[in-house]
Formats: sequence, C-alpha cells, structure tokens
Amino acid sequence: MDKPTFVYVTYIATTLEQLWNALTSETFTQQYWQEAQLQPDWQVGSSVQQINSDGESEDIGEVLQSEPPHRLTYSLQMPDAIGVQPSRVRFELQQSGATVKLTLIHDRLDTQSCMHASGRWTSSLSDLKRLLELTKGLALVA
Amino acid sequence: MDAVFKALADPSRRKLLDQLYLHNGQTLGELCEHLEMTRQAVTKHLALLESANLVVIIWQGREKLHYLNSAPIQDICDRWLSKYARHQLDALSTLKRTLEEHTRETGHG
Repeated sequence: MDKPTFVYVTYIATTLEQLWNALTSETFTQQYWQEAQLQPDWQVGSSVQQINSDGESEDIGEVLQSEPPHRLTYSLQMPDAIGVQPSRVRFELQQSGATVKLTLIHDRLDTQSCMHASGRWTSSLSDLKRLLELTKGLALVA
Repeated sequence: MDAVFKALADPSRRKLLDQLYLHNGQTLGELCEHLEMTRQAVTKHLALLESANLVVIIWQGREKLHYLNSAPIQDICDRWLSKYARHQLDALSTLKRTLEEHTRETGHG
C-alpha cells in the first residue's frame, strides 16, 4: 500500500474567488499553523515560508502549481518528518451548483504526520467553511 | 444531511468505513477481501457512501482508490456539539466583528 494520504472533500456555500482568497490568506494559514503562518506569494516556484511568532522565517516548501481560483499545490516539509521527502498539499476548487466543492489531498506523508495533518485540516477547514458561510449570511442581512 | 444519516444507518456500510479508517485509500478488491459481502453488495454500499460524501474516490493511474471523508461527520459535529465549545463561539464572534468592519470600510454588502 502507498504512503498515507489524507483526503478531505467539503461543499461550501461561497464563490470560487472567495474560497481561493480565504485558503491563501494569512488568517487561514495562521489558523492551520497555530503559532506560525505561511508567507508565500503563491506563484509557482516561490518558497513557502513559515514565520514563527518571533518573526523568524524558515523555508518549508515550494509552490508547485497555482491556477487561481481552481488549483493550488505546494510541497511541505512536515515538522515531525525532517530529512524525508516533503509531503504534498493539493487543493482543488470546483463550482458545484450553488456551492463550491473543495478537495484537499495531502499525500506523501508518513503515518505520524498523516494523523497530525488530518486533525489540523479537519478543524481548520470546517472553521473556514463556517466563516465563509457566515460571511454570506452577513452579506444577506447587511 | 439526510443522505449521511441514511448511509450511516446500515451496519455493513459502517463496517466499510471502519475498513477505510484502518487503511485509507483501498481499491474495491482490497475492500472485498476483508468483508463477507459479495462484490456487488460492496459496490452498491460504496455508491451510497459516495453519494453521501462519506467516501471519496481518487484515481491513481488506473486504480480507483476509496478514501474515508470525515467532512460530513465534522458538519454533524459542528451543528450540535460545537455549540458547547465556548472558545470557538468567541472566535466566530470576533470574526463577525472583523468582517462587519471590513464590510463598512469597503462599502460592500
């Protein structure tokens, strides 16, 4: 069997652009990375840097594919898997009726980092869904 | 959400999810090895789980791999259990304020 892969598919009542902006925003990456945040410019070949709370940055990956607002792929060195091949994070956004289907595939993981990643992605993506749908609700009442 | 509860209401389908929980990303053949069900029955159950978004198919070359998707279960959790999670409510109300400020600034909405 292949190396562990984490897959998450969710439908969010928002637009492709809003979801893309949210996924690449500092707020979301900070939520996922807790203390730290990611700071790439999301251009292919750009490094993905992790900025810690002291403002120090460290290269932890590279943007492999960036096709706004549909496809974003980057490599990622998991903190607990230094020295091994980096993992790969792929986001796919597709319009699906009135919602956007978001597929996350995080592969090339080891068992430990897969468990780590699955908990983090599940909570941060479900928060993101609630935030985006709340924004939509606010727009309706505003 | 009806589709999720319907999908989860069957013990065979829960067993299929258990199998994927143990080893995510299995082919139909691999899943059949561990279950006392006909291939046709497994296919039928998988189709129902897929339509409820509990199982996601990822193609790897010519192999069709089945993955457990926890998003619908997370949605159920968010709907009822998270109401008791105080810090999340705080975070959401902070977000709401931020968004409303942003909406006022940009004049949208």
